[in-house]
Amino acid sequence: MFNQIATTLQNLDASHKFYWLIGGVAALLLFASSIGWVLQRRITANPNACEKTQKVVNNLVARVNAWWVMIAVFAVAFLAGKLGTILLFSSISYFALREFITLTPTRSGDHRPLFLAFFFLIPLHYYLIYTEWYALFTILIPIYAFLLMPSIAVLSQDTEHFLERTAKIQWGVMISIYCISHAPALILLEIPNFEGQNALLLFYFMLIVQLSDVLQYVFGNLFGKTKVAPIVSPNKTLEGLIGGGLSTILIGAMMWWITPFTPLQSAGMTAIIVVMGFLGGLVMSAIKRSLGAKDWGNMIEGHGGMLDRMDSVSFAAPIFFHLTRYLFTP
Amino acid sequence: MLNKLTVKFAQLSILGLVKLLVGATPRWVNAAPNNAQCIYFTNHSSHLDTLALWTALPKEIRAKARPVAAKDYWGKGLVKQFIALKVLNCVLIDREFSRHENPLQPLFVALQNGDSLIIFPEGTRRAQAEPSEFKGGLFHLAEAFPEVKLIPVYLDTLHRSMPKGAILPVPLICTVRFGGAIGLQVNEHKKDFLARAREAVLALM
Repeated sequence: MFNQIATTLQNLDASHKFYWLIGGVAALLLFASSIGWVLQRRITANPNACEKTQKVVNNLVARVNAWWVMIAVFAVAFLAGKLGTILLFSSISYFALREFITLTPTRSGDHRPLFLAFFFLIPLHYYLIYTEWYALFTILIPIYAFLLMPSIAVLSQDTEHFLERTAKIQWGVMISIYCISHAPALILLEIPNFEGQNALLLFYFMLIVQLSDVLQYVFGNLFGKTKVAPIVSPNKTLEGLIGGGLSTILIGAMMWWITPFTPLQSAGMTAIIVVMGFLGGLVMSAIKRSLGAKDWGNMIEGHGGMLDRMDSVSFAAPIFFHLTRYLFTP
Repeated sequence: MLNKLTVKFAQLSILGLVKLLVGATPRWVNAAPNNAQCIYFTNHSSHLDTLALWTALPKEIRAKARPVAAKDYWGKGLVKQFIALKVLNCVLIDREFSRHENPLQPLFVALQNGDSLIIFPEGTRRAQAEPSEFKGGLFHLAEAFPEVKLIPVYLDTLHRSMPKGAILPVPLICTVRFGGAIGLQVNEHKKDFLARAREAVLALM
């Protein structure tokens, strides 16, 4: 029985798998939306509802609504194919970098390297993914941008905090462009017996990262007691991490049929994505705080900024990309 | 008809471009958007200021709010003229001193017509976070039109988006902070009023 379902699922072609996935996610969101709707009605009906509950419910509804938009954008980009995906992720990098640099105290001497980072580096880096120029893709930012951006900045001869400024800009570029771009870079991997299905692997990755965030948030809110890092990120709890992590791993294992992995391998990959995503959330939160902000921005209603949603992606994507490349490509 | 469509299209493109580039997120600090006739006065740190403030205003207010711009810059060239006069509906003023005419005259006319204004009381643009001293124009307007509300506005990050000498902007999120209205007090001296108006902008930093 199980084997039969498994082979049927695995033998679906890529577009059918995609429709099943989108349908599944839409069903999940529909469920979340109806819960939000019921909760909101209950609160409006109850005059003694406390302000905190109201806030949590409103935030929940705003988050779910933002999810509908995100999944719609994602679905459209997917249907538009490789170019659509590349354009989507280059815009994500653009908005993420804009948030990062906004909070970074740059000086007028950084103007030219920053302009080049936004309007030259982002298009070039994503063009390399589009043309599948893997070798240059891996070194463009860690080597060329790393050396050339300070070389341009130094021409304006402003030595005030030069190292800090250079380091912060490089960090912003690494996280917002280089790390995030490893998610769409999954489409350039050549995995045997998985030809033409790489977009599904990207979908799998994004779904797992976001599910892990959502489930950690849900488990944290329901059972959270022990704070993992109260100073860095007061919302992260051990209960949330374990409950959310384990349930994500379970779902990840069940999603094996859209990946080149076996169910067990898929569980392992999900575990790595969960851990890296968690660490990314912590590190980015610490950076945000050291820059003196609570949220990266207010672009996505209920979620904060683009980087608040992409912090786990930026840490999980490069590791997931390279593990898949090392273990599953010849 | 066609002309109207062109203007509408140009307005939407500018709104989109400004949001894509610098966000121009409005934040009303201890205040709420007000449809009454207002003078919005703000710090002047880059070429993007007018566009950012105009974009941040709610739609109905934006339709009535006219940026005040320098004739020697915006009055030259067909494209700049089209943007200034048709798209933004600017009030153009002479920056050069003239013996015969009060340079503020066009602003008086606009206020008499019931329009709101967006003005930069510093007069010139300086790429820095803090506004420099205010010039007298704001005082004369406040004196002549006591019923018009004076709204302080602070534009952050734009001096970093376009530092001195830069031709092209770096995209940084600009938060446009609107404060509560201030008014000219009875017997208040020009200097005191201008200092107080500047303080109101600084308080939003």
